[in-house]
Amino acid sequence: MATLDSKTPKGPLKDKWTTYKDKINLVNPANKRLIDVIVVGTGLAGGSAAATLAELGYNVKAFAYQDSPRRAHSIAAQGGINAAKNYQGDGDSSYRLFYDTVKGGDYRSREANVHRLAEVSANIIDQCVAQGVPFARDYGGLLDNRSFGGVLVSRTFYAKGQTGQQLLLGAYSAMNRQIARGKIEMFNRHEMLDVVIVDGKARGIIARNLVTGEIERHSAHAVVIASGGYGNVYFLSTNAMGSNATAAWKIHKKGAYFANPCYTQIHPTCIPRSGDYQSKLTLMSESLRNDGRIWVPKNMEDVLAIREGRKKPTDLSEEERDYYLERRYPAFGNLVPRDVASRAAKERCDAGYGVNATGEAVYLDFKSAIERYGKEQAKLKGIENPSAAKITELGEAIVEAKYGNLFQMYEKIVDQNPYKTPMMIYPATHYTMGGIWVDYNLMTTIEGCYAIGEANFSDHGANRLGASALMQGLADGYFVLPYTIGDYLSNDIRTGKISTDSKEFEEAEKAVKERIDFFVNNKGSKSVDYFHKKLGKVMWDKVGMARNEKGLQEAMAEIKAIREEFWKEVKVPGNANEMNPELEKAGRVADFLELGELFAKDALHRTESCGGHFREESVELDGPQKGEAKRDDANFAYVAAWEYKGEPADAVLHKEQLEFNDIELKQRSYK
Amino acid sequence: MNLTLKIWRQKDANDKGQMVDYKVTDISEHMSFLEMMDVLNEQLVNSGDEPVAFDHDCREGICGMCSMYINGEAHGPDRGVTTCQLHMRMFNDGDTITIEPFRATAFPVIKDLVVDRTSFERIQQAGGFISVNTSGNTQDANAIPIAKEAADKAMDAATCIGCGACVATCKNSSAMLFVGAKVSQYALLPQGQVEATDRVLNMVKQMDEEGFGNCTNTGACEIECPKGISLENIARMNSEFMKASLKG
Amino acid sequence: MSGLLKSSIGRKFAMALSAFFLMFFLLQHFVINLTSIFPDHGATFNQLSHFMGTNPMVQYVMQPILIFGVVFHFVMGFVLEVKNRNAQKVKYAKNNGAANSTWMSRNMIWSGLAILAFIVLHFIDFWFPEINTKFIQGDWSGLHDGEFRYFHELQQKFHNPVRVGAYIGAFAFLAMHLLHGFSSAFQSMGANNKYTNGLKTFGKLYAILIPVGFMLIALVHYFNNPH
Repeated sequence: MATLDSKTPKGPLKDKWTTYKDKINLVNPANKRLIDVIVVGTGLAGGSAAATLAELGYNVKAFAYQDSPRRAHSIAAQGGINAAKNYQGDGDSSYRLFYDTVKGGDYRSREANVHRLAEVSANIIDQCVAQGVPFARDYGGLLDNRSFGGVLVSRTFYAKGQTGQQLLLGAYSAMNRQIARGKIEMFNRHEMLDVVIVDGKARGIIARNLVTGEIERHSAHAVVIASGGYGNVYFLSTNAMGSNATAAWKIHKKGAYFANPCYTQIHPTCIPRSGDYQSKLTLMSESLRNDGRIWVPKNMEDVLAIREGRKKPTDLSEEERDYYLERRYPAFGNLVPRDVASRAAKERCDAGYGVNATGEAVYLDFKSAIERYGKEQAKLKGIENPSAAKITELGEAIVEAKYGNLFQMYEKIVDQNPYKTPMMIYPATHYTMGGIWVDYNLMTTIEGCYAIGEANFSDHGANRLGASALMQGLADGYFVLPYTIGDYLSNDIRTGKISTDSKEFEEAEKAVKERIDFFVNNKGSKSVDYFHKKLGKVMWDKVGMARNEKGLQEAMAEIKAIREEFWKEVKVPGNANEMNPELEKAGRVADFLELGELFAKDALHRTESCGGHFREESVELDGPQKGEAKRDDANFAYVAAWEYKGEPADAVLHKEQLEFNDIELKQRSYK
Repeated sequence: MNLTLKIWRQKDANDKGQMVDYKVTDISEHMSFLEMMDVLNEQLVNSGDEPVAFDHDCREGICGMCSMYINGEAHGPDRGVTTCQLHMRMFNDGDTITIEPFRATAFPVIKDLVVDRTSFERIQQAGGFISVNTSGNTQDANAIPIAKEAADKAMDAATCIGCGACVATCKNSSAMLFVGAKVSQYALLPQGQVEATDRVLNMVKQMDEEGFGNCTNTGACEIECPKGISLENIARMNSEFMKASLKG
Repeated sequence: MSGLLKSSIGRKFAMALSAFFLMFFLLQHFVINLTSIFPDHGATFNQLSHFMGTNPMVQYVMQPILIFGVVFHFVMGFVLEVKNRNAQKVKYAKNNGAANSTWMSRNMIWSGLAILAFIVLHFIDFWFPEINTKFIQGDWSGLHDGEFRYFHELQQKFHNPVRVGAYIGAFAFLAMHLLHGFSSAFQSMGANNKYTNGLKTFGKLYAILIPVGFMLIALVHYFNNPH
């Protein structure tokens, strides 16, 4: 078992990034014009990286499978973005953001990376405001903040319930400026299908034009993968329908280690599933937990009465409700981190207290918030002895101002009015902390191949805190990668244009074409979705919120069997040389079918519980934390990076030992 | 419920295309419109036919990818939603539903219900940005206070998801609401002032070159916009444009 | 400035400007017509008509501008209509325009054409004879049998019920044209402030009251005249 070198700079934690920046090699502006960089994916990480690299002077080729960079799934992030600005004067600092993130990640992230992230976080807000991102402001004209799960300060900046969209549009506008200047060549409706490695270095990609079906060769001096996470391995997730792991998986197969695939975030507040036809799950922002209280009925009779429609949730008195998060975690209450909140919901539903027909839903109730705000408003407006109706009216107005678009979305989907009756929510796959292993430079184990944003594994450990994904994406793209990649590219100023006529390009292209030909000629009996749904069910049932040895072993075998059936029976209508959505899906599902097995293998090997990875065998057996997840720092304080060896089951483990010099490892207590 | 679907099928950009009838059965009223389309496509794949190509991605109403003209309206009969958030409870058992791609000369059909909206991209590239470098070495975010009202209005304009429903629904295929929203977002913020003149002139010039029609203020775009972008933004762009023309 | 009329917004702005001018003219025309039903047997009307018909400022400055305004508004309207049709070459198989816009707003070209047809009729009725009298026969006196002829000519035109019907129909189209056109013109000029809503209400009133006024004047003359 080999160990991995993270290339973290020496020196005190708080000086590492500064010293690093002072010492790295730079590329002179004239030479940057001679260097090409490929960026795959145009979400917050890819978009900001492409814009910044182009601004610096590199020739950037950016790829997106959608018809515009603006449609990348970063756009769907609702709640906000963290930054250690301490505008609220509530004791925030870079160190505290760093500490919260490491603790929230259950001590499974790399200290130096997280500290760097916290350091640059404040710059992100400055940058975005300069770009015209319309963050929410207070009446004094200054930026407003809200608070998110797992922290004790208000450091989350937001733009209504559309923070991701506004930040992405900021990055997109920066890209547009560079596209107009000719510094970014944008390839919309293109999908990367392989990476090309020449003399051990990533030197290009093979991409398919999704409109014409043409297979194209693109060369560059470095390749940046910013293709997001692999949550769609579960079929149902809050990811976009097209979100996929193909780019990440292709580089994995060519030598990039895949780290901690089992660290997956199951988000606690999603709209529950309503039927088998369901194509995706919809997230309701975590910010709702600022004001919503989560509960299920205390008594089983009430549960049954509600399910059968004999009672309504509003009929239940306070005494008949079990606010289980407030009961179990008095200190953080409804604002515990996501993994804790999700497991608590699962625990109640497994115990039979789920409140909808499928038994997989809990209530998120705004009644007390509406009352509280209503009374406050009545006082502000000088209304003496306001009636209950008046209080409700005033309170609803405040809740609407804060969460109006989320409430509207809920009503459109569920057809119930969440102002009048509590929302129903249930956890759903949302984010993958695991991903391509990268060193401090964000370089993968393939030289010249970088991974940023959700696609890499680096900053969130075993669990991500709310509003930190946007922060990491933009930090990587705007402020980290542009430095680190320069250090590498400084060796390439005399390389000259990379030819696409080499045998490496030819071979890669041939393999891609063969696989496509296989799909369109296979004429099997089952659709791609059939296999994807089957895989998703195994993943959710056996590699979902709670995992155990037996289930994981079964999952590995079952996924392998599905994969074998897939390659025999998959049916892809249409041709290769045209727009063919089924063909696109086939390629992606083929990769998920491999990734899923590695995911289960990783989960099986990690016999501790940590963050989003919960092993039923590893819980506190007694004491105040009884029943809570139990970490095993002695044996598992490492990053598990897997090397591809053919079959996913044969992947070889490489460990990066995690050292915590500035933070003491503690049981994560939110009680 | 059981439905008859009349869907535009067009093999590629050069094909003439035609409406084709399909039947779907056992559709749940809780399904989204696109899930109903998934059912149809699964049915088509299983019977060896080519499924209907349509654009979609996030399926939560924010990416702006989905783009269907349903029963004569962009994103269908519901208000304030994209096609992916339209639910089948808006329809009745036995209904015939007509589904067409967004129509505009500047949005040519690529295949079936998929259209090419890169004309929007080029408009944005013509000036939909603030020329600030991305080094992060700008002034502190709180250095310029922005009145809440202006910030809120800029935010309202910025909620545009670029889906193109405004163009699709406009009898003139005008892109004024889309461009107006972007121009307004920057016009309302102090950061956008420096380049205000060039921005509006360049974006409008590009808009005209792309072959979008002229706004005749019917207001249909505002009604059909899934994000409720206000016509006010068009008025603001008109005055910004005239101001800029007089200056330039 | 130079390319202004080539831009879509510039053209719309010009449309709106000419519309304002025409709306102002309409108001002035209405006021003069209104005097024809004063109980002074057309004395005021005759005086005003004679002034308008003989004043060099009106005749040689305002009249050409008005004609240019009318012609410009129509020509630009057609140009825009053609461009707009080209912007959507393939039509929808099913389009539910009524779901999101008014009939008036979608059919400005048709109400406009109806008004154009009326203007042609109006020119044949009044303007051509007037030009003939003044410029070809050289009679600038405004007199007929020793009296001002204007009121008498007006009364004569409203004898025919078909003409009165056409007149009323044309003003119904004008009302529809204005119902959309008034606020549309302000929107095109970029009006967007606290007065906008008030302006819209005013526009609706204008769009209904002025054409209805014209219709009533026609009817008054029709019913008051000995047939």
